[in-house]
Amino acid sequence: MMQFMLLFSRQGKLRLQKWYVPLSDKEKKKITRELVQTVLARKPKMCSFLEWRDLKIVYKRYASLYFCCAIEDQDNELITLEIIHRYVELLDKYFGSVCELDIIFNFEKAYFILDEFLLGGEAQETSKKNVLKAIEQADLLQEDPAVLEVKMFKIHLPGLSIFILNDKSALQANG
Amino acid sequence: MALKMVKGSIDRMFDKNLQDLVRGIRNHKEDEAKYISTCIDEIKQELKQDNIAVKANAVCKLTYLQMLGYDVSWAAFNIIEVMSSSKFTYKRIGYLAASQCFHEGTDVIMLTTNQIRKDLSSPNQYDTGVALTGLSCFVTPDLARDLANDIMTLMSHTKPYIRKKAVLIMYKVFLKYPESLRPAFPRLKEKLEDPDPGVQSAAVNVICELARRNPKNYLSLAPLFFKLMTSSTNNWVLIKIIKLFGALTPLEPRLGKKLIEPLTNLIHSTSAMSLLYECVNTVIAVTKIVLIIVRINILSCTVVKYLGLLAMSKILKTHPKSVQSHKDLILQCLDDKDESIRLRALDLLYGMVSKKNLMEIVKKLMIHVDKAEGTTYRDELLTKIIDICSQSNYQYITNFEWYISILVELTRLEGTRHGHLIASQMLDVAIRVKAIRGFAVAQMAMLLDNAHLLAGNTQRNGICEVLYAAAWICGEFSEHLEDPLQTLEAMLRPKVTTLPGHIQAVYVQNAVKLFAAVLTRRETAGEKQAAQETTEMLIEKLPQFVQSADLEVQERASCILQLVKYIQKLQAKEVSVAEEVTALFAGELNPVAPKAQKKVPVPEGLDLDAWINEPPSESESEDEKPKAIFQEDEPKHSRPRLTELDEQELARRREARKQEQANNPFYIKSSPSPQKSYQDTPGVDHIPVVQIDLTVPLKVPGMPISDQYLKLEEERRLKQKQEKKDKKKKKKKEKHGKSRRHDSAHTESEEDIAPAQRVDIVTEEMPENALPSDEDDKDSNDPYKALDIDLDKPLADSEKLPVRTHRPSRTEGLKSPDVDTTAEEQRPKKSKEKDKKKDKERKVCYFSGHKDHLFNLLQNPSNHQHLNYKVYDIQGNLQDGSQVVVSVIFENNCTDFLKSMEFNVLDSLNTRLVRPSGASVHDGIAVPFQLPPGVSNEARFVFTVQSIVMPQKLKGTLTFIVKTEDGSTHEKLDFKLHFTCTSYLITTPCYSDAFAKLLESEELKVNALKLDSINMPFHHLLAKICFHHHFSVVERIDSCASMYSRSIQGHHVCLLVKSVSMPSCGQ
Repeated sequence: MMQFMLLFSRQGKLRLQKWYVPLSDKEKKKITRELVQTVLARKPKMCSFLEWRDLKIVYKRYASLYFCCAIEDQDNELITLEIIHRYVELLDKYFGSVCELDIIFNFEKAYFILDEFLLGGEAQETSKKNVLKAIEQADLLQEDPAVLEVKMFKIHLPGLSIFILNDKSALQANG
Repeated sequence: MALKMVKGSIDRMFDKNLQDLVRGIRNHKEDEAKYISTCIDEIKQELKQDNIAVKANAVCKLTYLQMLGYDVSWAAFNIIEVMSSSKFTYKRIGYLAASQCFHEGTDVIMLTTNQIRKDLSSPNQYDTGVALTGLSCFVTPDLARDLANDIMTLMSHTKPYIRKKAVLIMYKVFLKYPESLRPAFPRLKEKLEDPDPGVQSAAVNVICELARRNPKNYLSLAPLFFKLMTSSTNNWVLIKIIKLFGALTPLEPRLGKKLIEPLTNLIHSTSAMSLLYECVNTVIAVTKIVLIIVRINILSCTVVKYLGLLAMSKILKTHPKSVQSHKDLILQCLDDKDESIRLRALDLLYGMVSKKNLMEIVKKLMIHVDKAEGTTYRDELLTKIIDICSQSNYQYITNFEWYISILVELTRLEGTRHGHLIASQMLDVAIRVKAIRGFAVAQMAMLLDNAHLLAGNTQRNGICEVLYAAAWICGEFSEHLEDPLQTLEAMLRPKVTTLPGHIQAVYVQNAVKLFAAVLTRRETAGEKQAAQETTEMLIEKLPQFVQSADLEVQERASCILQLVKYIQKLQAKEVSVAEEVTALFAGELNPVAPKAQKKVPVPEGLDLDAWINEPPSESESEDEKPKAIFQEDEPKHSRPRLTELDEQELARRREARKQEQANNPFYIKSSPSPQKSYQDTPGVDHIPVVQIDLTVPLKVPGMPISDQYLKLEEERRLKQKQEKKDKKKKKKKEKHGKSRRHDSAHTESEEDIAPAQRVDIVTEEMPENALPSDEDDKDSNDPYKALDIDLDKPLADSEKLPVRTHRPSRTEGLKSPDVDTTAEEQRPKKSKEKDKKKDKERKVCYFSGHKDHLFNLLQNPSNHQHLNYKVYDIQGNLQDGSQVVVSVIFENNCTDFLKSMEFNVLDSLNTRLVRPSGASVHDGIAVPFQLPPGVSNEARFVFTVQSIVMPQKLKGTLTFIVKTEDGSTHEKLDFKLHFTCTSYLITTPCYSDAFAKLLESEELKVNALKLDSINMPFHHLLAKICFHHHFSVVERIDSCASMYSRSIQGHHVCLLVKSVSMPSCGQ
């Protein structure tokens, strides 16, 4: 079972973290710091696997981002690489040639995709199509943030409601 | 005022959203912390508002900040607020925040239980999905207990999207709440055959994870998995299944054979490296065949190379020979750029060495040591070399001279931290291999001579530890030294005082030993003058140690100085002292096993924890330091007693102690350093001492180059072989037949290589009557231990997932005898039963529709004045085809205490009660509990059955003692047990297509009957059949249902239930 997944940049900035084992914040921070250092220190031609404490670390670099997973002793490293790659593909499909900035600015989306793909450290859906479909469906349910703001506006500014209402209906029509 | 409000709202509208926050952080690179702290203040303001949208936005930002390492635990309650929003948009954010920020210590987590339950049952599948995802990250034991039942229900949700999530999260629930495993397992098992591949793979994932920890409980699933393995094409699933088989096979060796074929097929057909790797791993674990190594080795990319090495290390454990043939390849890997590959290769080498190739491999390693850059890797190499050589008690070393020279060469490494390791090896070898002592001493003397090379520049240099060993070896075995005087001088050089204290201490101590050796030689040669000169020299040199800052050195040095002075006095009187000085160090040292102390059995009646004296009162103990008494005192720290004793007394005491030590099995030497404490004697001090100035060449002269041994060894082996051949020929000539057997026993393997010198490896001493090994305490904190649960045992009624309910009576229906029996008796009469029975032995299993057979329940009028009992279930034992388990509930109806219950049954030929071994057929089985008034409890009894195709009736008696106020009476209760055919059925799920196939196969016998006067709703009827008769519903169309079950001996039983009258009556 995967223990956790970390995404960090070449500068060592954490971009995403998902923990599948309960750990205290302090412990998480310590692990993150240690691993980021270890992985960044490795040269490009080096093997993607390393043993760390009693876990195995599988990492891969995509452009400026490192994807780093910790798995248990008996797990299969190659399938973990596959999982990382699959996740990157998913991000790529969703954002359309994803870049680090996409993940920074839409980090919650990146989490949602990850959650549809992995659950509790296990791959829950091996079909890319299904994952993306689920995300799209869920996104449809989510209200457009623009609409939200408009609604807010309406609540607080009763005098302007006509204008807002028009605007909202226009948005809905678009949606 | 209003305007102000409006303005505030507009401001709010332009609150930072997540994007603004991220952008802001990026723009404030230099004062990030300050910027974020203002942001957090803003967020705190936003959280105070009532508007959920604002709150959600704030929580979203907090989640981001949490990732940057800021503490957001203070906002836990706000996160819950957002989670409980009815809008998916916010709920999603709330759950995300919760999954990132909550952990077991978060106290507000318990508040979420009801919210999560609500979301789990939401009509919107994405609400449920989001709740499940979140829960998987922060599930606690409490949540697991409270929600287990809800999640289990979701495992049968109509949407596969929910099913697969529910199945996966069950694993987390099991971990937190192991009691849920048994009740949930049957359903989990069903999911293995779910029509949706995603759900199926989720179930495989979970069961594999479970089975890896406790494989023995999952052996019964092997056939199912085998089917999945041969039918599935999903690599992800295949990998898991193969891994599972890897765990199962050690427990069921027959599996191995079955697996070879499908695994080899996969290996040859798959293009996925990950699957290939998994197969190879499992094949290694499972079978004794090594057929694929080559394929892995051909592949050369780093990743695969690494895994190939890993796999080989696994093969190595079972098949060292097959790996040894790849030695060159592995040695090549030592040149790899990647350190992890090099380390892996090193690990492999460790297992690969044999007597034959040890020297060669070590030579290669030595080359790498020279080339290696970076001290860590070099240190690793060094430790590996030593590990490799010393493994299993120097098993592979044929030539210890070679080993010593390797050790000496290793001392030339700069900046290694492992000086003590080399030192301990030197000591160990020198002490235990007696034959090597002469050589070792010579080498050590050389080391001491060149000590300045080692001690070198820095004191911190770990390698100077070697000098500790060298000094001790030279001192202890000084009789082997060619020129003890030279070594003595080397040990007393002023430079020595720069060494660490503990080494100096050893120097001082061993200087005396050497001194003794020098004296002996001089005196036997009759060179009295020379002997006195040596004494003089010692007296001159020793003061430099007396001034040492290290207490230990100082103390020893001053003792010894006095001793030497005394000797000098004696020498002045022309007394020969050599013999007596030597007597100081007489006696052989034997190595003691490191565990010897532990193995000493505690004598009977000795309580080590008991106080010998009354513990001192608090106030007293403050200034005392009692630990000093029992401090582990290493010999080098032992305090020499400074009593003035004449030499005779000294020798006498020594002798006495030696005697004592020899007789005392508990005498233990904790390290090989000198352990004798000595007294000193006054001496004389007017002999001129020659100042010796040794100019030492940079290159250590005559330092052995270990390589020369390689050559020698080869020659020697060749010669040996030749000799052996000759011998063999002779033998063959002498006796024809017998030689063959002899040959096969001693094949031309490494075992033949005789060691170069007669090496006598002294085994380490153990105390007498040592206890058998008591190491390896298993880790009792293993979280997976809790999941070691027997899943094949039938579920007991008590094992239910907790269901929150306001009506605790809900479960009563199952237990209360009235409800059950009345319903039971009416039930089957009216349905038209068509039952088809396939059985391999072509026998028919009769389903009798009669009332009294229906449920094997209780034939007792059940209102005995004291005890009411009821058989509520008879169920087949999954593991053993010939056993059934009968569960009986005993209930005490009277107001008295019941005890000593004994359950006995008159066995029939076919059915017997399983009694504890040794009991006769007439003995009863004690019921393992007593019953206070009004209490009921359940007991189980196992019966063996031979034929299961006929109903059985057994008579039995229950005896018990009623304890009343005025004494106790013995009572007896007769009963009958009915085993109907359905008792032997096991609930087995079946799919309609399989069912149809079964029906088509025409192997089933058909039997139909009609029952009247049942009036209960059809679905109740089905539920009853399922529950009491262990059937499962395959398909139900209106008032017609097909059902399936399987007997413990593997017979299929199909049942078609049809209600003939109008469904409106509820039939």
